[in-house]
Amino acid sequence: MDRATQDHADAFIIAGRTYRSRLLTGTGKYTDLEQTRLATEAAGAEIVTFAIRRTSLKAEGGGRGLLDVLPPDRYTLLPNTAGCHTADEAVRTCRLARELLDGHKLVKLEIVGDPKTLYPDMLETQRAAEMLVKDGFDVMVYTTDDPVGVKRLEDTGVAAVMPLGSPLGSGLGIQNPYNIVEIVERSNVPVLVDAGIGTASEAAHAMELGCDGVLMNSAIAHAKDPIRMARAMKHAMIAGREAYLAGRMPRKRYASASSPLDGVIAGTP
Amino acid sequence: MDAMMTVMLNGAPHPCGAGTSVADVLREIVPAGRRVAVELNGEVLPRAEHATRRLVQGDALEVVQAIGGG
Repeated sequence: MDRATQDHADAFIIAGRTYRSRLLTGTGKYTDLEQTRLATEAAGAEIVTFAIRRTSLKAEGGGRGLLDVLPPDRYTLLPNTAGCHTADEAVRTCRLARELLDGHKLVKLEIVGDPKTLYPDMLETQRAAEMLVKDGFDVMVYTTDDPVGVKRLEDTGVAAVMPLGSPLGSGLGIQNPYNIVEIVERSNVPVLVDAGIGTASEAAHAMELGCDGVLMNSAIAHAKDPIRMARAMKHAMIAGREAYLAGRMPRKRYASASSPLDGVIAGTP
Repeated sequence: MDAMMTVMLNGAPHPCGAGTSVADVLREIVPAGRRVAVELNGEVLPRAEHATRRLVQGDALEVVQAIGGG
């Protein structure tokens, strides 16, 4: 199989659309819009998530907006429901996002139930997923890494499930890799790790576990050099995916020499 | 002078003249060219209706935009 065919066979499809990049990025926590733009570009992200907030002239002083630096004709925009605490708020936010983007259907559902851990409120999340799917949205849903809860969400007809690796913004990596593997094995929709990635090896880890993609924000935005970290993440995602597809060697308890033993100069003939 | 009225705009009282349209309010508060979405009394108000929809005393408007977030 040639390279192009291989890439095609490894297509990453969300809600019927094919993407080359499996790295989705957030747009928060950057110092300014220019840094947001450069980091997004360096990450090679094609799907970018953002929040919906009240317009305030005072807060912004006019000037460029997020959609000016991340134009809808270049990126697949993924409005999210961050900040919503109930299913009703989340549905309202998604309907406004749909109006904002002229009928756009892809949304990231995120309802947190606790300010300290930012853990998903799974009851409200489940309720919102049902309402949004019924209303015609393609829902990518932020969830706990509980395989039962995730399956229940998948059954509502969501477009993708996005379990956390560890709490949002914590940078603690994937704390429960066996749950992630379990979710990957039983899901019929794409699985993306959506929270907790802190550095490149952790992004690669998610991909090596068989995830279809990763969504991250803080790992890039809070790095000392966000643009360079964005680039690192791009490579990590590719490395992790390739390693997963290649299939790692089995772990062994003892050494196994890579060079042949025959013909060593000090050996006996 | 036109009679004044008060509507709720993004959660705060906003005085405006009688007969003010949604588009009039947006011109006041939204930077030119910025893409926004509007909710009037809890329901999305399609962009096509901004110019024709006149506000009445006590209407509640939410005007939102895209902003950086994860």
